[in-house]
Amino acid sequence: MHVSLFITCFNDTLFPGTGKAMVALLERLGHTVAFPMGQTCCGQMHYNSGYQREALPMVRHFVEVFRDAEVVVSPSASCVSMVQEVYARVAEEFGDETLRREVAALAPRVFELSMFLVNELGVEDVGAYFPHRVTFHTTCHSMRMLHIGDAPQRLLRKVRGIDLVELPKADECCGFGGTFAVKNADTSIAMLSDKIRCVLDTRAEYCASADNSCLMHIGGGLHRQRTGVNPIHLAEILACTEEGMPAVGVAAATAAAERNS
Amino acid sequence: MSREGVPPLPTKRPAMAFEDAARLSLGDTQLRFNMGKATTTIRGKRTKVVDEMPDWEALREAGRAIKDRTLRHLDKYLIQLEESVARVGGKVHWAADAEDANRIVAGLVKSHGAREVVKIKSLTTDEIGLNEALAREGIAAYETDLAELIIQLADERSSHILVPAIHKSRAEIRELFRRTLEGTEGLSDDPKALAAAARTHLRKKFLTVPVAISGVNFGVAETGTVCIVESEGNGRMCLTLPKVLISVMGVEKLIPTWRDLEVYLQLLPRSSTAERMNPYTSFWTGLAPPGDGPDEFHLVLLDDGRTKVLADRIGRQALQCIRCSACLNVCPVYQRTGGHAYNSVYPGPIGAILTPQLVGVENAGSLPYASSLCGYCYEVCPVKINIPEVLLHLRGQVVRKKQESFLGRLSPENVSMQGLAKVFSTPRRYAAMQKLGRLGQKLVVKNGVIDRLPGSLGGWTAVRDVYPVAQQTFREWWAERERTVKPKLPPREETRP
Ligand code: SF4
Repeated sequence: MHVSLFITCFNDTLFPGTGKAMVALLERLGHTVAFPMGQTCCGQMHYNSGYQREALPMVRHFVEVFRDAEVVVSPSASCVSMVQEVYARVAEEFGDETLRREVAALAPRVFELSMFLVNELGVEDVGAYFPHRVTFHTTCHSMRMLHIGDAPQRLLRKVRGIDLVELPKADECCGFGGTFAVKNADTSIAMLSDKIRCVLDTRAEYCASADNSCLMHIGGGLHRQRTGVNPIHLAEILACTEEGMPAVGVAAATAAAERNS
Repeated sequence: MSREGVPPLPTKRPAMAFEDAARLSLGDTQLRFNMGKATTTIRGKRTKVVDEMPDWEALREAGRAIKDRTLRHLDKYLIQLEESVARVGGKVHWAADAEDANRIVAGLVKSHGAREVVKIKSLTTDEIGLNEALAREGIAAYETDLAELIIQLADERSSHILVPAIHKSRAEIRELFRRTLEGTEGLSDDPKALAAAARTHLRKKFLTVPVAISGVNFGVAETGTVCIVESEGNGRMCLTLPKVLISVMGVEKLIPTWRDLEVYLQLLPRSSTAERMNPYTSFWTGLAPPGDGPDEFHLVLLDDGRTKVLADRIGRQALQCIRCSACLNVCPVYQRTGGHAYNSVYPGPIGAILTPQLVGVENAGSLPYASSLCGYCYEVCPVKINIPEVLLHLRGQVVRKKQESFLGRLSPENVSMQGLAKVFSTPRRYAAMQKLGRLGQKLVVKNGVIDRLPGSLGGWTAVRDVYPVAQQTFREWWAERERTVKPKLPPREETRP
């Protein structure tokens, strides 16, 4: 299949390793990948903060960039849910009939990585090798908006060498919520500290997720507390094989920081 | 920290922004412990009793659809209700706002020469500040629901729509009773003993007070029947013992037919108290034969902003609410801040969408932001109110209001959002911004992370490190790879027209 990657502005800028891991993984599975250079941001931050008028050009831009893609795959459940759940609403709100039609045509071809692998390609064993103790944080958007189900767990269970441990209170929000973490910093921190306690209870080496935005929040807290638990994106685990995987991504960034300090 | 200092709430304008009020309650460790414990327990129970129902999703859909239809034809059904109530011997009063309603109720109480009333749990009367209004007329109101009584004795505000004293522990309640009720010196903190002490106090009131005021869970247009759902039976005492019964009902509590109750009486108890059925469900249809219930029945229909909400196509969903409080119990924000942080009779997720609509977004602009948008509230809501959708809709209104003023347009948030929107609208500007960020951060990156951000972003770095802009962004890496590693892909065949 010819896969167009939507890496998201956030991953592009802060966590390029996740994108690289996706490229390695999809190519290993025999697909060709493209990265349309015109892509920027899905508009979620603006939309969710109430700047909905301002998000409209971004929505239009996204549709323009990916209009002709066979499939669009992204490592961010929350950005995909923006496209799938909100884009149609935006088009309707602003009475843009053309946009509405284009969204309706495009949205069904936009997938979050794990759902794409499991539901669309029908693969669970991607030939990965990751000999570590890992716990998985199902983000709220992947759980309640995308209904990602157990797709990530199915993929992870097939990873050789992995010791997968369930995260207690997995259905609770970590407290990120985009600008919520800044606007309501104190509440966000209270939620984060509970989440971190649950992560530590698993005695995992890695806290994985299908979304780097929550991982940035959880990982940032884990790092500040010098817990030694590394955040890692699901794609990075799936990209690892016995032959190894160029150390990239959130986990590598954290490790590098540890080395330097 | 004692909650006694919490002032009575202004209904028109929350006294404090959510984030500031939340900071106060987050510092109260006893409150956080009580809240966490209570909500976790009830959440687990709710899941269990809901999972027993094979047709839960169908029931939710029915619950949503009935309310939706009713709201669309509210005018018609309200008139039907008025006619039905009159037919069975009751009298309907229309109240446009809080003041109206309070005047009507006080007038009715005084016309019977009464100086005291007993009340059964009614959020609506809290919303309009009825107790305070009656007090100004020299009329004392006694709450008879145990939790409401606790709140009244403590002179506080409720923090949960169903369990108003959820933030209090048993020991705190015992202390309160010892302080305020007669003959309770040796009281233990056993829930049974606490309930018995309250009952002794209340029994006297039931037998002597001539007027009762109740809230309404459902009003049936077809039959003129009014319904209350409760756990303790005190409501039933209020509905039967006094001579005069006055029920105050928000117009959105209407349902068209008796049959519709079947849906809601399944949805409500499971969602609220996690019971298959609540212990007391009372219906009254006008007047009973003499000597067997009140001699007079008045129904006060309250608008107080509701028809304004009705005009908003997305926001009006909030009026479907049956006040089950399931959304409160699962909300991670409510669970940590407690209800007082919302500065409203309606706390939690439903409060965050209902209050700003009732009092105007300009008066409660912080509430739509009191959510991490985790979506748990929508998942549990028995009438499928898409709370996150309404939150976002209201955030849009808050921002637009802000942008109307010159100062609002100059606010750092607006300026940076406008700037970012420009950046994201063209790939060239966006890539330039990445490079700029990488240069700019040189001063703040330490050991591979940023541990201090300036200004309003400082809240982030209080407990979290920040990952910096990558040395090579993904698009830079990709461009390099296209140049060096991989031959260009052959032109792709069009797969779609
Ligand atoms: S919004 Fe839904 S879940 Fe919340 S109290 Fe109302 S009916 Fe219950």
